[in-house]
Amino acid sequence: MSDKKNWPLWEVFVRSKNGLEHRHFGSLHAADAEMALENARDVYTRRNEGVSIWVVESKHITASNPEHNGELFEPAQDKVYRHPTFYDLPDEVKHM
Amino acid sequence: MSEEQIKNLEEQFEARILRDDKIEPKDWMPEKYRQTHIRQISQHAHSEIVGMLPEGNWITRAPSLRRKVALLAKVQDEGGHGLYLYSAAETLGISRDEMFDQLHTGKAKYSSIFNYPALTWADMGAIGWLVDGAAIINQVALCGTSYGPYARAMVRICKEESFHQRQGYEIMLKLANGAPEQKDMAQDALNRFWWPSLMMFGPKDDESPHTAQSMKWKLKRKTNDDLRQQFIDQTVPQADILGLTIPDPDLKWNEAKQGYDFGEIDWDEFWQVVKGHGPCNKERMKARVNAWENGAWVRDAAMAYADKKSELKNKQAV
Ligand SMILES: [Fe+2]
Ligand SMILES: [Fe+2]
Repeated sequence: MSDKKNWPLWEVFVRSKNGLEHRHFGSLHAADAEMALENARDVYTRRNEGVSIWVVESKHITASNPEHNGELFEPAQDKVYRHPTFYDLPDEVKHM
Repeated sequence: MSEEQIKNLEEQFEARILRDDKIEPKDWMPEKYRQTHIRQISQHAHSEIVGMLPEGNWITRAPSLRRKVALLAKVQDEGGHGLYLYSAAETLGISRDEMFDQLHTGKAKYSSIFNYPALTWADMGAIGWLVDGAAIINQVALCGTSYGPYARAMVRICKEESFHQRQGYEIMLKLANGAPEQKDMAQDALNRFWWPSLMMFGPKDDESPHTAQSMKWKLKRKTNDDLRQQFIDQTVPQADILGLTIPDPDLKWNEAKQGYDFGEIDWDEFWQVVKGHGPCNKERMKARVNAWENGAWVRDAAMAYADKKSELKNKQAV
């Protein structure tokens, strides 16, 4: 029996067409980056879903903790002055 | 965490699901939610993987190149579905290896339908038409489920399924309009797959203890009996177009309920197959375990090669 050195997990990002950003499509296991790309092609782009693939080993991703969402995202909620509608202008002003 | 705090979190959690918020992997979730999802998603993944076996068996004997490429593509899709689902389950903290282990030791279940044999080419038609047809009904209901990774996998899967059913129905159509022997073959396949397909929706509602909890978490949007009724109502007219007879003497249109009444399902048979005594349970598991064990050296070699390559790269970098 093998000594259970498992293929690591990779995250797959696919650009569906030029002009669009890469989007997270899912994950898969592969021994190395090259194999991860080949597997991603077979698993996630069997129907012309992409023109470009990125793979990154999952362990290299640092994610924010949803328990800290308060500190992270709430401060933006009361900054209404970052939005154009905050500013009062007369209706006659056009193109602004 | 105190009991009080957990209760509080649970209430917030249920409220989120109620207002159609999705739950994502790192969010707090009740342990029961996690375990139920691990079980359901991994069993769903196992069904996709084991489901490749009855059809894979016919790829080399497909009657034409057109049929062969279609069947090959379908079976490959099912493998893909298994992979989407395994990775969705992994986000809940179970490893791929643990899931394989559970499958191979018989601890985890998979859909009973795959424990029936595919005896003739017409079975490829009946499986695509009925088995994928039933799976689609179950899966469409899951596209709106509360766990984000599961819902996303379901959306992707549903997009791919409709060709599966259409290619199966096309096979049936061809046979049903062919020579008398071909039509008999199609009828025989329908006869064998009809009842097991109805069982795919699970036990009757009054014998399905988890329904209430599953409805709450949107793991179910409709009950087993509702989905089964939907399947029957949409499939009977399709059988009529084929000119084939559904093997149920009690099947008849009920004007009042605007649906078909149907005969009693043999639940003893269902439980026998679930418990491992179906016609192919042992054969299916043997094929899976063999594939896994015989592939071990390939997985090890790929890992050793990857390690060696990265070592070499590190040395060159120094
Ligand atoms: Fe599938
Ligand atoms: Fe399918």
